[in-house]
Amino acid sequence: MQTVPSRLAGRAMTLAYERRTVAENLTVAVPDHSFTIIIGPNACGKSTLLRALARLLRPTAGAVLLDGGDIQRRPTREVARVVGMLPQSSVAPDGITVADLVARGRHPHQGLLRQWSRDDERIVAGAMADTGVADLADRPVDELSGGQRQRVWIAMALAQQTPLLLLDEPTTYLDIAHQVEVLDLCARLHEEQGRTLVAVLHDLNQAARYATHLVAMRDGAVVAAGEPRQVVTAALVKEVFGLPCRVIDDPETGTPLVVPAAPRRTGNRHQPA
Amino acid sequence: MPAAPVARPAGRTGRRLAGLALSLLLLGLVAGLSVAIGAKQLSPAEVWQGLLRPDSPEYAVVHRMRLPRTLLGLVAGAALGVAGAVTQAVTRNPLGDPGLLGINAGASAAVATATAVLGMTAGDIWYALLGAAVVTVAVHAVGGGRAATPARLALAGAALNAVLYSYVSAVMLLDAASLERLRFWTVGSLADARADTVLRVLPFVVAGLLIALATARPLDALALGDDAARALGARPGLVRAAATAAITLLSGAATAACGPLVFVGLLVPHLVRALTGPDLRWLLPYCAVLAPVLLLAADVTARLLGRPGELQVGTVTAVLGGVLFLHLVQRGAGVRR
Ligand SMILES: Nc1ncnc2c1ncn2[C@@H]1O[C@H](COP(=O)(O)OP(=O)(O)OP(=O)(O)O)[C@@H](O)[C@H]1O
Ligand SMILES: [Mg+2]
Repeated sequence: MQTVPSRLAGRAMTLAYERRTVAENLTVAVPDHSFTIIIGPNACGKSTLLRALARLLRPTAGAVLLDGGDIQRRPTREVARVVGMLPQSSVAPDGITVADLVARGRHPHQGLLRQWSRDDERIVAGAMADTGVADLADRPVDELSGGQRQRVWIAMALAQQTPLLLLDEPTTYLDIAHQVEVLDLCARLHEEQGRTLVAVLHDLNQAARYATHLVAMRDGAVVAAGEPRQVVTAALVKEVFGLPCRVIDDPETGTPLVVPAAPRRTGNRHQPA
Repeated sequence: MPAAPVARPAGRTGRRLAGLALSLLLLGLVAGLSVAIGAKQLSPAEVWQGLLRPDSPEYAVVHRMRLPRTLLGLVAGAALGVAGAVTQAVTRNPLGDPGLLGINAGASAAVATATAVLGMTAGDIWYALLGAAVVTVAVHAVGGGRAATPARLALAGAALNAVLYSYVSAVMLLDAASLERLRFWTVGSLADARADTVLRVLPFVVAGLLIALATARPLDALALGDDAARALGARPGLVRAAATAAITLLSGAATAACGPLVFVGLLVPHLVRALTGPDLRWLLPYCAVLAPVLLLAADVTARLLGRPGELQVGTVTAVLGGVLFLHLVQRGAGVRR
């Protein structure tokens, strides 16, 4: 269907948990070297889609294709060298230091015979520098702020050095400056290193600003996909989020900017006595 | 790109290696004490003679009793320490212990059944391993099978533990004759060690240690949650199965050789983690060295305190462990999050 080349795509997938079907006949493609951002209301299946794309969830029908072949047929470790994933919530073991946690990103590149090497050391240090957590290297992760912690997790995903990287809500817990910092980092990874990034975001304006490819989901289905300019319209926001709004040009970048409509007052607000 | 501070992590590796060397030194020291000190008071010179000269009067004491006992302490200590560390990792419970999962109780119950009910007198190790394996599988099944969560595993283990120890007590009450022999199965001891005790359990311990070391890295990945682990290329089901096999082999073998010694496997990894952090690649070797230090030190203490007889080492570890455990709990360690 798509003409853009895509190493990673889901084709006619049914995604389900034991008793709940989240999506049926879902087809998505992640364009190569894109910064793809997925938006959609809570519980619409964004994380589920990401988990399927990263081989964490097996579609009950359809398939995820990695380089044209069924991803389920590829060994876990091999997939982990190509597709990295930062889950929406992860647990850091009690007392682990930042450097040790980031080092765990090297797991798919190591084996019984290939132990820790200078290369690993260098890559881990680089990932910490890129995310601005190098100064925290020896600090226990459970003593960091939410934002610092989030950047450490991103560093771990970076240390995995995969050409494809899936990030589930990487900006949650971050203050606005750090949100922008993380998104700038993603953009840099995408522009300078040619990595393909997929991220779930809740902020439509940030999504519109950073995405090269935007996917809007609702109830387990893709409602629209394409360039942010084409996707983010008042009609779409109404359809996907049920939110009346105006869409104007972002004065800074010219990308679409969503301005929610002011709620219509019903007139029975509490009056001062 | 700014030059990364490569020196810092490298320095940490150096510190960890130095700590390990120091621990080994400590182990040598305690092992020496364990050979030198016993119910029969010998001077260091006499022990030395007994160690090296087959014609010396002390040869028998040193070679038939103290060396096997010390070696058993080394092997069982390493097994318990590593089993505890792996249990804490796989259950994601910083105060986990194979004993709390009912594995030692399973081994004890199987041996009690074999001895008192079936009248078997040899082959303890096989009954112990069988009991440990059955309980491991049972805990896993009751705890939810593939959907097992750490909390459910701990509950299932606690329940089975209670049931099995009641069973062992009942068997002992019913059969007064085996009471003496079975007492050993309710409080651990190194006193029965003979040269072949160590040899019989050694293959199982070695196998368990190898499996544990091989799963160290994937278990580290698993500690981040199943999704993160899979994203890192680890296979949670397989890793859990391998880790469980290691725990069964190690605690089954240790229990077969010296009865249940619960707190060693709980405390050592917990304390060592404060030194090394939760990285199993460091935690496991440290535990393999420091758990025997604790066990042998407790055994020497038991011999000194009990003179002219001796206390069972299980009593000492239980008292020592109990006190430390209370202290940890009171400080709130391990109940964070
Ligand atoms: N492990 C699970 N078992 C059963 N149902 C689940 C599981 N995880 C998610 N679901 C359900 O699947 C649906 C989609 O969840 P998903 O996590 O994909 O939503 P999401 O779009 O990522 O939402 P959010 O924005 O809140 O993160 C929800 O109805 C959710 O309740
Ligand atoms: Mg989600």
